[in-house]
Amino acid sequence: MKTNTHVIARKGRIGNYAYGLTLFLLALTGFAQMPIFKRYYIADIPGLGWLAEFYTTHFLHYLGATAILAITTYFAAQYLLVTRRYRKLSGSGAARAAILLGIIVSGILLVIRNSAFVPFSPAVVTGILLVHLGLTMVFLLFALYCRFAGRPWTIPV
Amino acid sequence: MSESISRRSFLKGGVAAAGSAAALAVPSAAAAGSDGRGQLATLLDIRKCIGCGACVEACRQVNSSKAPEPQKPFPEMYPSRVPVEDWSDKRDVRDRLTPYNLLFIQQAEVEVDGKKETLTIPRRCMHCVNPPCVNLCPWGAARQYKNGISRIDYDVCLGGSKCRKVCPWHIPQRQTGVGLYLDIMPSFAGNGVMYKCDRCYERVAVGKKPACIEACPADVQQIGPRADIIARAHELAEETGGYIYGETENGGTNTIYVSPVPFEELNAAIEKGPGRPHFASAANSMDKAENLTAAMIIAPFAAIAAAGAKFYGYMKSGQSDNSQGEA
Ligand code: SF4
Ligand code: SF4
Ligand code: SF4
Repeated sequence: MKTNTHVIARKGRIGNYAYGLTLFLLALTGFAQMPIFKRYYIADIPGLGWLAEFYTTHFLHYLGATAILAITTYFAAQYLLVTRRYRKLSGSGAARAAILLGIIVSGILLVIRNSAFVPFSPAVVTGILLVHLGLTMVFLLFALYCRFAGRPWTIPV
Repeated sequence: MSESISRRSFLKGGVAAAGSAAALAVPSAAAAGSDGRGQLATLLDIRKCIGCGACVEACRQVNSSKAPEPQKPFPEMYPSRVPVEDWSDKRDVRDRLTPYNLLFIQQAEVEVDGKKETLTIPRRCMHCVNPPCVNLCPWGAARQYKNGISRIDYDVCLGGSKCRKVCPWHIPQRQTGVGLYLDIMPSFAGNGVMYKCDRCYERVAVGKKPACIEACPADVQQIGPRADIIARAHELAEETGGYIYGETENGGTNTIYVSPVPFEELNAAIEKGPGRPHFASAANSMDKAENLTAAMIIAPFAAIAAAGAKFYGYMKSGQSDNSQGEA
């Protein structure tokens, strides 16, 4: 048992880096959906001009979304299949999972809207956008807090 | 896909044309689809336009109640590079798109059948089948109706002008000093409201034709179900040896032009620039993102499969480890 958790933990580190990088990409390209990087000179920094190219950042946001869907599903499956035998979600871990789920669900709704199969009313779209953005801010702040306060996602059973 | 649709609609349009030559009433749209089914389109026969400008005046009139009335002085905006776009003292401008002029007549000196001619072309929003201005609005201020009309809600728009940037024709036009941004953080976010043709959505909703269509003395424009309009455009192009624009541009639009000269020529002859859209080719701007949507659907399943395959091994070896340990 011990060897197994050890192996999983080591492999998990790669997953954690992928998760962190993907979150960073998503947050960056997500904020880039608002016309602020140009206005506030960030896109003028050499090498960051692409942050003002909406089609580029939109594509990268979709790419990040694809990755985060895979990564979070993988983590969830790992938790359900293996980890929960010896660790359980902490309170802050459960809170983060719930917020993340909200971001993902609202993001999926926005992708559906963009595919033009289902017309959404503008008030609903604005609502979903605000939920997506609001939960992201909450998540980022809370994740930072957890990181510095040393709150792990899971604790031993 | 677009080929099969046009073939199907060609047949349908032919039957419809044979059945009735009566003026087209504006039908209400049925279920909309991403391929433009259920959407209404307009057909513009460029040959017919005499450049009288009646459509422009009609458009200005029906939109006069929605025209921006900015408060001055404008709130100072930071940083100072944020451009003030003020058309309120230039309301009379008619030779380009402005917040006060949502339709204008573009001119092209071209040779038609060996004769020099000045073509006049009404220009406004193309009403894309899958409009990037709507999809990419970060605030949900733009919307598309089932009948294919895309519209910016002037009460909700913050004037960031992203719609203009992502529009292949850069159609929406900004007026600073009006709208919702004034009530939020006018100095730091937003910059007015973006204006464009809403294809007279209120009139169309009650079965009336858009004002510009109704006012035209030369019957330049028709409006109808997209499939029928495309079929008619093809008939017209075939009859007159003409060329089509708008059917496939940006993945398909609901504004189909038929021209007696190739659009490359027209595009070379018109004056282009801010508020003066081109007639160049336009690739489907939502294409790349749409392709990724399939990957997004597959991603979680792939992850479950990967996790299952991997941890099945761990679980099994864990059990055998345990049994060995216990033994
Ligand atoms: S032409 Fe431009 S403004 Fe009009 S619907 Fe298409 S993207 Fe939007
Ligand atoms: S459809 Fe209406 S808003 Fe659009 S150009 Fe014609 S008159 Fe103007
Ligand atoms: S009213 Fe008709 S003929 Fe006159 S400029 Fe407009 S489209 Fe051309």
